[in-house]
Amino acid sequence: MPEVLRQFRSLFVSLKLTIVLLALSIVLIFWATLDQVHLGVWAVQQRFFHSFIVFARAGELRIPVFPGGYTIGGLLLVNLLAAQAYRFRAGWGKTGVWITHAGLILLLVGQLVSGLVQRDFQMSLDVGETKNYSESDRRNELAIIDATDPELDGVVAIPESFLARGAVVQSPALPFRVVPGEYYPNSTLQMRSQAPGAPPTPATQGMGTQIAATPLEVTYRENERNMPTSFVELAGPGGSLGTWMVSPLLGMPQKFEYAGRKWKIVMRPERRYQPFSITLEKFSHDIYPGTDIPRNFSSKVRLNLPDGAAPREVLIYMNNPLRYAGLTYYQQSFANNDRTSILEVVRNPSWLIPYIACSAIALGLVVQFMTHLVAFAGKRRAR
Amino acid sequence: MTRSLPMFVVAAAAVCAFSGLFPGSGRQPDAVTAFGRLPVLSEGRIKPLDSVARSTLLVLQGRQRVAAPDGAELTPDEWLLDVLFAPEKADTYRTFVVDNSDLLLLIGKNDENLAIHYKSSAEQLMAILDILPTRQRRMSFNEIAPYLAEIEAQYKLAEPVDAQARTQFQSAVVQLYGNLSNYVHLRRALAPEGSKDFLGDLLRLQENLAEGIEAVRAKEAGKPHDEAKAEAMIDVGQEFLGMSEGTDLLAIAPDPGDADPNAWRNAGRALLETFGQGFVNPSVLAYAGMGYAWRQHEPGSFEHIVQLYGSSLETRFGRQVGKARIETLFNQAEPFYSCMLIYLAAFFFAALSWLKWPEASRLSAWGLVALGWAIATAGIATRMWLEGRPPVTNLYSSALFIGWGSVALCLVLEATYKNAIGSAAAGLIGFATLMIAHHLALAGDTLEMMRAVLDSNFWLGTHVVVVTTGYASTFLAGILAVIYILRGVFTRTLDKATADALARMVYGIVCFATLFSFVGTTLGGIWADQSWGRFWGWDPKENGALIIVIWNALILHARWGGFVRQRGLMCLAVFGNIVTSWSWFGTNMLGIGLHSYGFTEAAFWWLSAFIAVQLALIAVANLPLNRWRSFRA
Repeated sequence: MPEVLRQFRSLFVSLKLTIVLLALSIVLIFWATLDQVHLGVWAVQQRFFHSFIVFARAGELRIPVFPGGYTIGGLLLVNLLAAQAYRFRAGWGKTGVWITHAGLILLLVGQLVSGLVQRDFQMSLDVGETKNYSESDRRNELAIIDATDPELDGVVAIPESFLARGAVVQSPALPFRVVPGEYYPNSTLQMRSQAPGAPPTPATQGMGTQIAATPLEVTYRENERNMPTSFVELAGPGGSLGTWMVSPLLGMPQKFEYAGRKWKIVMRPERRYQPFSITLEKFSHDIYPGTDIPRNFSSKVRLNLPDGAAPREVLIYMNNPLRYAGLTYYQQSFANNDRTSILEVVRNPSWLIPYIACSAIALGLVVQFMTHLVAFAGKRRAR
Repeated sequence: MTRSLPMFVVAAAAVCAFSGLFPGSGRQPDAVTAFGRLPVLSEGRIKPLDSVARSTLLVLQGRQRVAAPDGAELTPDEWLLDVLFAPEKADTYRTFVVDNSDLLLLIGKNDENLAIHYKSSAEQLMAILDILPTRQRRMSFNEIAPYLAEIEAQYKLAEPVDAQARTQFQSAVVQLYGNLSNYVHLRRALAPEGSKDFLGDLLRLQENLAEGIEAVRAKEAGKPHDEAKAEAMIDVGQEFLGMSEGTDLLAIAPDPGDADPNAWRNAGRALLETFGQGFVNPSVLAYAGMGYAWRQHEPGSFEHIVQLYGSSLETRFGRQVGKARIETLFNQAEPFYSCMLIYLAAFFFAALSWLKWPEASRLSAWGLVALGWAIATAGIATRMWLEGRPPVTNLYSSALFIGWGSVALCLVLEATYKNAIGSAAAGLIGFATLMIAHHLALAGDTLEMMRAVLDSNFWLGTHVVVVTTGYASTFLAGILAVIYILRGVFTRTLDKATADALARMVYGIVCFATLFSFVGTTLGGIWADQSWGRFWGWDPKENGALIIVIWNALILHARWGGFVRQRGLMCLAVFGNIVTSWSWFGTNMLGIGLHSYGFTEAAFWWLSAFIAVQLALIAVANLPLNRWRSFRA
């Protein structure tokens, strides 16, 4: 084997590398924990764990300062696999270690997978309301709706990232192109009549002509969300239809007619539709008598199934979510003076992996330490 | 002596510890104790008035003992009786702690008028040595009362600021304002502000009730009426309304036949019902009777009324009254306080055994540790029964449990190695954790209700218990390493056999800690997945627990790979103390995430000091071997 390869091999199978990586991971986790105070947990995950390199910002410059979660986790995985492959010898003495390490490999892979495939949504329901979709609590979409048929809407949804990039969209369902213009990732709106000094608006159509949008700094706080505003031009074959201001802050869709059809345009939280719907029948917020300490939040919901099966009544409360069709609905919050219940909706197809991995690791540790203990007790008895 | 000394020591400690359990040993009349046993609903649970008195005093002034201006000492129950029924006396007791110097200036205090002047020269010397306090920390309500308007103004400025962002002065103002309003509400919980003879007022009301109500009705209907009677009745109603507002002490039990715990109410609300139902609530009357007897110093009738009222409650709320009785007994026995002293003594005997009388001292230490552990077990079991929950529900109980778990492991170590190291570590950790628990209790009732998010006995019983055991064992490994370093560097007692034994102990405990902190952390992930659909969320407390797991794994790999020997192992284990204390307290100080339930400001200072000491110990351990007294040739 060439010398270079041999060095590589001894690096990747070495315990020294393991220890260095473990120490680095401790530093990374500690730093990320501290940074949560400023960034919020979501942004911290992006910056520290779902990244190869952690950057620090010095003015406009992004300086790489530390290996990210993918780097450390990936190297640990390589280290583990290499060591397993290189040092593997049959025998009972190390059984526990092998099981533990196999579980650890599965856990690392599983966390990587769940980081890639897990999706979080919210479903906010007023008492009596029925919905067949949940909404992203972070991302928005531009929906252009063909509302000509009163029975059925035709929807084209364009992710917010397209607006941010300024990507022109042409869809067979639309008789015009969508040309994104200016875009503010976070913003506030004001009536023009109350903001006389506001700069002129690019909007030529709809509500946007009377409203001034001011960009705000992007927020990462857990209980705040960014409210983007964008200006979107619709261009037909015969020329521009005009420019609309769109923002989730506007609330209701703006209507217009083109090519003999009725259209609505709106920017709203990204939706995920399901083939079933949920009705909130009752929301309760119990407190302990004589205090304001919450005792329980619960939502009584009706699950309306698509195939005409009898609807199911379900009580969702703390520590007792509803699991249905690969989605988990849990009680997250409430609003509107206890009239609105907010359910968190999580889709995570890889949820079983950590259960298997952790059971394997725990079993491996027990086996290994019991082996030590029995040997130790035997030695003491022999003395 | 090898056998008789240990037996004598343990027996003496047991007698001291259990003396608090027996009636008649107390410092207060039995009738006052019986009053303290009466159940009320406060902070969401039914508890004895004794617990209300104790937790209120801890919050107000950081201790349960109250000193009257004449130097007499009051028990918590006597203090509560004075607050409720003789507030003009209670207003003179110094029960409000103020430490912030800016706040002291606001209420007209400075170094001069706070200084305590001792008469005897012995006391003066003790004051200089900081054994006796040199200045007053506690003020009476009367001393503060002239400045209430200023305090309120400052409170209104400070209150809108985020708790994390407040200056020390602002936090002190918010705290003092909260304490004052707590106190004022308690003062009018059972009798209206400024009333001299509430029982008489109520009896007269009862007599004139029918006519009075008639007069008010006539007045409202615009018919001829007795104006004086109507006015008097309306005034009484106003007074009751004042009592019903702001008081969280729900002292009046539901009416017979009503089992709903939400039907407990405060005295003011119960009195407002008088006008609807045509008679004064008998429970309020009973309390007014107790108040009359207490004010008039009639111990006979006080005892009589307390007994009558207590037995009437017992027929309807047998279970709650029984629980309240046990809780009162538990409060008075102060098991964790006895425990703390016993652990301290155990440590001294263990240390003594390395210098002199090895066998007798070692056995004494072991006996004391076992006694302390038995008492702690009983105390924790009682709390679990009172609360109906697994052992760990908040920071306070986590401190108790970490101590309990570590000491249990130490007993096993001592039984195996018989070299007093297990007992010494048990004494240190037991004492330290109970001390921490004592300070955490200053935040209020330690049997508080569980917030909805955490309300799952199954997960509290598995995840929390296992992960706390992981904390306990990581600390134990750290403390054993501290003993190794201190004995090795500063004494000649660390011979080769002891050093090897310590290294094996630390290694074994680190293995145990790895297993438990890993399984505990995993169970937390499973709880999160079961409840919220995600296994891991990078919450600060989750991260803290994960760091402990990784650190323990790092120690094991470093030892297996031969990168560290004995001393290196000890240094890594001491650093484990820092990692664990960060996870236990540091993460709560960030004030974010699901687990941010126990922010404590003073704790920040202590945590920093603890970390500094651990780093210093690691530095000491890295002295060259010829500076270690034990290893010098």
